[in-house]
Amino acid sequence: MSDWLFQEEHRIFRRQAERWVLSELRPHADQWEKEEEFPLEVFRRAGELGFLGGGFPEEYGGAGGDFRYHAVLAEALTKSGSGGVGAGIGLHDFVALPAIARYGTHEQKERFLRPGIAGTKIGAYAVTEPDAGSDVLGIKTRAVKQGDHWVINGSKMFITNGVRADFYIVACKTAPEMGHKGISQIIVEKGASGFKVSRKLDKLGWRTSDTAELVFEDVRVPLENLLGEEGRGFYQIMEGFQTERLVMAVSSVASAQECVEMTMEYARKRHAFGQPIGTFQVIRHRFADMLTKIEAARQLVYNTIWLYIHGRECRKEVAMCKIFACETAVEVADQCIQIHGGYGYMMEFPVQRIWRDLRIQPIGGGTSEIQREIIGRLLGF
Amino acid sequence: MEIVALMKQVPDTETQIKVNPQGTWIIEDDIKWIMNPYCEFGVEEALRTKEKHGGTVTIVSIGPARAVEAIRTALAMGADKAIHVDDPALVGTTDSLGKARILAKILQSIPFDIIFAGKQAIDDDMAQVGPAVAELLGIPQLTFVNGLEWIDGRTVRVNRQVEGGSQVIECSLPVLITCQKGLNEPRYASLPGIMKAKKKPLETKNLAALGLDPAQVGKEGDTTEILRVELPPPRKPGKIVDGETPEEKAAKLAKLLREEAKVI
Repeated sequence: MSDWLFQEEHRIFRRQAERWVLSELRPHADQWEKEEEFPLEVFRRAGELGFLGGGFPEEYGGAGGDFRYHAVLAEALTKSGSGGVGAGIGLHDFVALPAIARYGTHEQKERFLRPGIAGTKIGAYAVTEPDAGSDVLGIKTRAVKQGDHWVINGSKMFITNGVRADFYIVACKTAPEMGHKGISQIIVEKGASGFKVSRKLDKLGWRTSDTAELVFEDVRVPLENLLGEEGRGFYQIMEGFQTERLVMAVSSVASAQECVEMTMEYARKRHAFGQPIGTFQVIRHRFADMLTKIEAARQLVYNTIWLYIHGRECRKEVAMCKIFACETAVEVADQCIQIHGGYGYMMEFPVQRIWRDLRIQPIGGGTSEIQREIIGRLLGF
Repeated sequence: MEIVALMKQVPDTETQIKVNPQGTWIIEDDIKWIMNPYCEFGVEEALRTKEKHGGTVTIVSIGPARAVEAIRTALAMGADKAIHVDDPALVGTTDSLGKARILAKILQSIPFDIIFAGKQAIDDDMAQVGPAVAELLGIPQLTFVNGLEWIDGRTVRVNRQVEGGSQVIECSLPVLITCQKGLNEPRYASLPGIMKAKKKPLETKNLAALGLDPAQVGKEGDTTEILRVELPPPRKPGKIVDGETPEEKAAKLAKLLREEAKVI
């Protein structure tokens, strides 16, 4: 499968990652869904196995590879049976840590990237606010320099790993009058005075992952906690979105595949009018359509990954991946519930969980609507 | 200590096997290939032996170019180097003896104290290569081993699963051990391990380089021939016994067991 994109070492890694997911995560998925949390031990174990280090430099404990290792891990994690596990690990490993790797100082990499790769410190990435999501410029969280400290005030919303993270990369306005050039990213560590997790949010899906609302009241952090350049936060966030959106696209395709395979299995066993329902033309054509779309999405995503790892301009393609793969996955999961009939609506059947877990995909990491705007603007309109 | 693990690449246990149109072998395209799980126990035990006594772990494997992926996996788990035998004359060979001759030839050219092999490969299930290699080398063999401890640096004590019990045997080196489930839990190849494996020595040799005659160990030297390969017949669908009450269901079940299944 896709030998043109993935090489031998990625295939070896895929086998290891899938073995871990199937033997150490999947058997516990139902329990964790009930408990509405997966254990922190999962991060530690992934770190211990070296699985989190794929795209990061060897000098900080990474494997020195490229984005393909993250893509393989993201795909493997969709087999865990609980979308929240992939969300938690993904946000840490594919969003928070890459930001430190890209923009962090040597000292910041030692403090956050190295333990992050080891799975002993968990990262969160805080951009969205109660009144500003897709509109990043609309954020109100403010950071002001006072002597050798930043003083942060504001709040953040829908923050994955929000309850349990050890460090948060917080988007703040440092010069509100400067627009795009007035935003900076500042690292806030757990336990900082004035920082509070105001509540853990109750969600439709991703139920094993902790999503939180955060409040900052005169939170003081040293000036050296600035990540990257002052005033470059907006651009750093936009660049980070590329990775996040590709990961969301690649995992959407893999989840959709899982969902269809599970449903085909059901359609072979479930009989109606004396025959397996899969043998009805209406059902098997639906499988044909779903798998055609999934394959198209996969090729689009893999091709874009190729552009991305070769440093080609691919903002448009990434936006296309985000739209097409995420919307396809939601559509596929919905059709799979339909094929399951009444059982598809029952909590004891796993298809509903995939459907709930996937519904966020066209929303998180930049909505489908915003992706269409990005493409439209890149077309020059 | 010089430690060797013999390893074969086989189709993934999850693969849906299809027989070729001639009915002589399986269709190998589109198959996912993995390290034979029993060989994986052998590789793991080899690595544990190295961790205990120091030394070098060498992987030896016969197979086409695709087998390199399984070899690299073993290197990624921690083996030090590998010898891979690939030769067009080996395509379609069926004999275990030919394979054993090749492996024995290699082992005669490198130092070894202990050799691990899978108890059998999960594809053709012959379970002959390991024992044949030990015979050709004239060393003791301990087969179907599911437990191993070291008495001292030159003596192992193993547990063999036998019908209705187990057998405990002590043996001094050199020895060849074929590995059974239960011996250990193979480690994962870590990501840094996978990256390191790319740089470890892996030597590919053909039969000529080994000084072997294709007429003896290649396809033409086969003493056995596979006449036909077929899939097991599909399982008949089960029957669900229905009824209003448990008593009614039990009565129906008893009737079926007596009249249809004829087991009571």
